[in-house]
Amino acid sequence: MAENGFLQAAWFLLVGVLLVGYAVLDGFDLGVGMQHLTTARTDEERRILMNSIGPIWDGNEVWLITAGGALFAAFPKVYATVFSGFYLALMLVLAGLILRAVSLEFRSKERGRAWRTTWDVAFFVGSVLPAVLFGVAIGNVMRGVPLDSQGDYAGTFGGLLSPFALAVGLLSAAMFLMQGGAWLLLKTEGALRARARRTALVGQVATLVLWVFVTIWSRAEAPALWDRFGFIPVWLAPVVVVLALVAFPVLVRRGRAAAAFATSSAAIAAMVGTLGIGLWPNLLPARDQGAPLTASLTASSDLTLTVMLIISLLGLPFVLTYTFWVYRTFWGPVRLDEHSY
Amino acid sequence: MDAEQLARIQFAITVGFHFFFPSISIGIGAIVLALETFRLRNRHGKAETYDRAAVFWTRFFALTFAVGVATGITMEFQFGTNWAQYSSFVGDIFGAPLAAEGILAFFLESTFLGLLLFGRGRISSRARWFAALMVTVGTLLSAVWILIANSWMQTPAGYEIVDGRARLTDFFAAALNPSTLPRYFHTVSAALTAGAFVVLGVSAWWVLRRRHISVARVTLPLALVIAFLGSGLMFVTGDFSGKQVAATQPAKFAGMQGLYTTTAGAPLIIWSLPKPQDPASDPQGPEIILGRMLSFLAFGNWTAPVQGLEAFPQQDWPPVMLTFLTYHNMVAIGSAMLLVMLFGLWYLSRGSVWRRRTWLRFAVLATPLPIIAIQLGWAAAEIGRQPWIVYGVMRTSSGVSRVVPPEQIAISLGLLVSLYVLLGGLWLYLARKELGHGPAPAPDGTDDELPDEAAAPRPTPRPAGA
Repeated sequence: MAENGFLQAAWFLLVGVLLVGYAVLDGFDLGVGMQHLTTARTDEERRILMNSIGPIWDGNEVWLITAGGALFAAFPKVYATVFSGFYLALMLVLAGLILRAVSLEFRSKERGRAWRTTWDVAFFVGSVLPAVLFGVAIGNVMRGVPLDSQGDYAGTFGGLLSPFALAVGLLSAAMFLMQGGAWLLLKTEGALRARARRTALVGQVATLVLWVFVTIWSRAEAPALWDRFGFIPVWLAPVVVVLALVAFPVLVRRGRAAAAFATSSAAIAAMVGTLGIGLWPNLLPARDQGAPLTASLTASSDLTLTVMLIISLLGLPFVLTYTFWVYRTFWGPVRLDEHSY
Repeated sequence: MDAEQLARIQFAITVGFHFFFPSISIGIGAIVLALETFRLRNRHGKAETYDRAAVFWTRFFALTFAVGVATGITMEFQFGTNWAQYSSFVGDIFGAPLAAEGILAFFLESTFLGLLLFGRGRISSRARWFAALMVTVGTLLSAVWILIANSWMQTPAGYEIVDGRARLTDFFAAALNPSTLPRYFHTVSAALTAGAFVVLGVSAWWVLRRRHISVARVTLPLALVIAFLGSGLMFVTGDFSGKQVAATQPAKFAGMQGLYTTTAGAPLIIWSLPKPQDPASDPQGPEIILGRMLSFLAFGNWTAPVQGLEAFPQQDWPPVMLTFLTYHNMVAIGSAMLLVMLFGLWYLSRGSVWRRRTWLRFAVLATPLPIIAIQLGWAAAEIGRQPWIVYGVMRTSSGVSRVVPPEQIAISLGLLVSLYVLLGGLWLYLARKELGHGPAPAPDGTDDELPDEAAAPRPTPRPAGA
C-alpha cells in the first residue's frame, strides 16, 4: 500500500524505541513488583517499594499504551494479527496491569493486615504476569507463528506456549528483576537496600544465563533472525548486551548505583535492539504456513506515517523533557510522608 | 451466542465502565485547577482553605484516575484483540489518533499527576499550580484525540478505499470530520458538568451535616457555577450535535426520534412511550409533544421534511427502541440537572443557599445524574450508529476478529467483568470513605460555621467531628 521505505523503516525504529522506553522504565516498576513480597518484609518496607515507583509508574506505563497505538497507526495489520492471535495471553496481561495499577492506589488506604496483604499479593501477581507474558509474546514473534491466507493467526492458544517462548518469558522476567533491583539501589537504604542488591545480582546472573541460552537456542528455533548478522557492524548490539551484563555486578559491588541502573537499562535496550535487527524487515515472521507480515506489506499510507512522524517528533522532546524533570524531582531514597501511598 | 455478540457485549461493558471514570475526572481536574489558581492568588485571603480543598480533591481525582487508567488499557488493546478486521481496515486513519493521544495527552496527564500528588515539599507552589494545569490540559487533549477517532466512525471523511482498506487522503478532513467538533464540545461540557456535580453534591452533603464547612464554603459556589454553565452548555452543544446528526446520519436521527414516516414539520417528542412502526398498535401512553419543533431544531425551518426510517432499507436501521429510549432519557435527565442548577444559582445569588436544606438534598441526590446522562448519551450515539462500525462504510459484523473463538471471548468477558465488579465496588467503598473523612480540618475551628453565622456570636461549641 505505501511506497516510502524510509518512512516504514523510521516507524519500525520508532515502535522499537517506544518498546525500549517501556521495557527500561516500566521494566523497573514490574521488577519492583516482582520482588515486593521477598525484598520488602515489613509494612514500612513495602510502602517504600510502592512509593519508589509511586509518582512515575503511571507515566512509564504510557510507553506501552503509546507503543500499542503506534503499532496500530503504523502497521495496522500486525497490530490486528498479534492482538487477536495472542488473545488470551493479552487478556491475562491486561488483568495483571489492572491489578498492578489498583493495588498501588488501594493498598495503603486501609490499615487492616488482611487488606494490605491482599494488595501486596495482587501487586506481585500483577507484576509477574505481564513480565513473563511479554517475553512469551516476544518468543512467539521470534519463532514466527502460523498465519492463514489473510495474514491472521492460524494456530491455537496452546501453540503459543512452546518451550522456547516460555524460556524467553523467563528471560524477560529475569531482566525486569535485575532492572527493578537496580532501581531500588537508588531508592532505598540499609537492610532493604542490601536485599535489593542481592535481588539485582540474582536477576543479572539469570538474565545473562537465559540470554545466552535463548540466543544459542534461537539458532535452531529462529534461524532466520541470524541472517542479518552476516553484516559485522550489527554485532555491536549483542556486544553491548554482554558488556553491560558483565559490568553490572562490578558496578553494583562498588556501590555505583546510578551507573549500575544505566548499565542495566543499556543491556535491555541492546537486547531489544538485537531482536529488532534480526527481525527487520519482518514484524511477524510466519512459521509452518503463510507469508510473514513485513513492514512494506503492512505499513500505513505515506501520508499517515508522515503526519504521525511529525506529531511524534514534535511531541516526544516535550515528553522526554518533563519526564526527566519529574525523575530529577523525585531523585534519591524514598521518604514516606502523609501524601505517600 | 456467537463471537460478534460476545465481543459487542464485552466492548459495551468495558467502554461503559471505563468512561465512568474519565467522565468525572475531567471535571474534577478542572475544579482542582481552579482551586490551585485561587490558592496561588490567595483569593479573599483564603489561600490556606483553597490549599486544603485542592489537596482533598486531588486525592479523589487520583483515586478515580487510577481506575480510569487501569480500565483504559483494555480499550487500547481491545480494537486489536476483538475487532481485528476493523483494525486492519481502518488502522491507517483510526490508529493515528490513538498514538497521538499517548504522545500528546497520556504522558502529560500521568507524569504531572505524579508530580501534583507526590511533589509537595519538593516543588514550588507555582510548579504545583503548573502541574495541575498540565493535568487538566492533558485530560482535555486526551478527549480531543479519542473523539476524533470515535467521530470518524460516525462520519468518516478524508479517506478513500484501496484494496479493501481505508486509506487517509486528507488528515485535517479526517480529524475535523463533520461530527468531531460538535461531539467534542458536547462531551467535554458534559464531563465538566459531571465532575462539578460530584464536587457540588459532596459539598452540599457536608453543609447538610455541618462538616468541613470551611472547605464547602469555597467549593460549593465554585462547583455550582461550573455545574450551571456546564448544564447550559450541554444544551447548546447538544443542539449543534443534533443538527449534525440530522444532516449527516439521517437514519440514526430517525432512530433517536422514533420517526418512521418522513414528515414535513415533524413534531418533537419530549416524553412518550417508544413509538411502534405500525401506528395502529401505538400504546397510547401519556406524551408531551411539541408540533413542528423537530423540523425547526434540526433544520431551522418549521416545515422542513425530516426523513423517517421508511426512507432507509430495514437492514440499515439502528435498534430503534434502544436508540429512542437512551436518547430521550438523556435529554430528560439533562433538563432535570439544569433545573436544579437554576434554583441553586438563584439561591446562591441571594446568599441563602446554605439554608435551603431541600435544595441541598436535591443537590446531593443529583450527584450521579450527569454520569447517568453521559452513559445514556454515549449509548444513544453508538447504538444509533448500528448496524455500522464505520457509518455507511463497514458493518459491525464485518469488523469482529475472525480467529478468536467465542469460548475465549467468554473467558475474557468473565475475567473482565469479575475484575470490574471488584474495582467498582472498591472504588465506591474507598470514595465513600474519603468523602466521609473529608479534607484536613480548618486550623481556626470554623468547620461547623455556616457563612451567615460567622458574624453572629458563636453558639455553644460542638464537639469536634460532630
